[in-house]
Amino acid sequence: MSSRSATKGPGTVRSLSERVLPPIFLGSGFIGIWYLISYGILEPRRRFLLRPPHEVLQVGFLDWDNFSPILRALWSSTKVAMIGLGIAICIGFVLATLMSQAKIVERAIFPFAVTLQAIPILAIVPLISFWFGTGQTSRVVVCVIISLFPIIMNTLFGLQSADRGLHDLFTLHHAGRMTRMRKLMFPSALPAVFAGLRISAGLSVIGAIVGDFFFGKGDAGIGQLLRKHASQLAGEELLAAVLMSSALGVTVFLFFGWIQERAIGRWYETTTGVD
Amino acid sequence: MQPDQKTSVTGSLAFEETGMVFPDGTEALQNISFTVDKGEFVTVVGPSGCGKSTLLKIASGLLEPSSGSVRADRDQLGYVFQDATLLDWRTVQDNVELLAELHGVGAQERKQIAAEAIDLVGLSGFESHYPKALSGGMKMRASLARSLTLKPPVFLFDEPFSAVDEITREHLNDETQRLFQTEEFAGLFITHSISEAVFLSTRVLVMSARPGRIVAEFDISFDYPRLPELRFDPSFAELCGQVSLKLRGSHS
Repeated sequence: MSSRSATKGPGTVRSLSERVLPPIFLGSGFIGIWYLISYGILEPRRRFLLRPPHEVLQVGFLDWDNFSPILRALWSSTKVAMIGLGIAICIGFVLATLMSQAKIVERAIFPFAVTLQAIPILAIVPLISFWFGTGQTSRVVVCVIISLFPIIMNTLFGLQSADRGLHDLFTLHHAGRMTRMRKLMFPSALPAVFAGLRISAGLSVIGAIVGDFFFGKGDAGIGQLLRKHASQLAGEELLAAVLMSSALGVTVFLFFGWIQERAIGRWYETTTGVD
Repeated sequence: MQPDQKTSVTGSLAFEETGMVFPDGTEALQNISFTVDKGEFVTVVGPSGCGKSTLLKIASGLLEPSSGSVRADRDQLGYVFQDATLLDWRTVQDNVELLAELHGVGAQERKQIAAEAIDLVGLSGFESHYPKALSGGMKMRASLARSLTLKPPVFLFDEPFSAVDEITREHLNDETQRLFQTEEFAGLFITHSISEAVFLSTRVLVMSARPGRIVAEFDISFDYPRLPELRFDPSFAELCGQVSLKLRGSHS
């Protein structure tokens, strides 16, 4: 907080460079090591294992014939992730809200939520394909399963985090259950809800890609593409696809951070640990 | 300074042989009887953990006493908590409007009531600030303003200024005393600061360690409005000393 106010005025340039330069240095070092491995360590006949950066850029990104399928697959995965996340949000909110209303509901649901979280996705792949086929529906189901738990837990934690004194205040002034929900518990929950959303959004992208590996029918996503490139030893395209999937994860994370800032930034002290 | 033998059960707030034993067996209060009338400002001082807050919870109806009874005019109760308990997502204005909102007052009227209360506590100009931008003292003022909007006939204070620094506390005391003058509520104030108690009150009750009992009662006869300089008056210091003695006695 104090350093945030210090960024105003003449300190701005300095703090900007402090923020931007370190990752640039680290990134450059990373690319340097990449070159070193490609040219220095790998013999020419094994160089396909790690193509040098500029070849990845040329073949994977700048060749439209290679890049456009990556974008198409990425878009398909994005849709799966967002649909899955949307469903997880709806289910998670409803469950958390119910759990916040009565201890008995919380006790009833909690073990199942934990179980859901603990299921290795691989273990239920056969079941999912048995029930939902091997197309988009199954991919969405994987996303939902993977991203549901953090939403439930964070929302519930948020709903229960409302200040004791404020609850007393609402009681003193005869606020009903709905009023208490709307004016006290939901707004109190928002910071925790957003924390959960950011985790789940990242997980839903992972879910979409993982789902792709098992359920490749229909409009396949980036997971299928990764698989294909790997089997064809197409190192440049493979790396390009990997980089683009991480870019998707980062974008989704930043997007929800941005929404959070817009929604509650005015009143909530965000502690990012960065500044 | 003699224990008040009044047995009248009139008054805006009356404890009648109230006792409180929690389900775990802890006896918090024992045989508490006193009344607070309109125009009276009664402060209870006592060691921490003596059940002072429990007393207010019972007065407000948040807790049911396990024996005896309490009568209070609770319709438009004013209650200031230890923390400011503001809604972080609301501006000062919207926070102050909250209680009127819960009581179903229309938007137009709410706005006006809130503006008056904000003015009364000296927060004008900060209406659109969020709590995170306020100091501890200002948050407490906003909290006071919120309670004032209902024109409470009974005003309960649960160690409201214990978390602010000494100077701010004295300012807030000055203002609480001024509000007591203009708003004429029946005030019940809980604190562990003796000088705060003597400065604000018409009557100071000393509570013993658990189980809490009223062990002494002091009438404070300084005229209102009380000026900040009163704190340096020898008679003020003497009274504080007497209260302190009783408090020490109750500790052992």
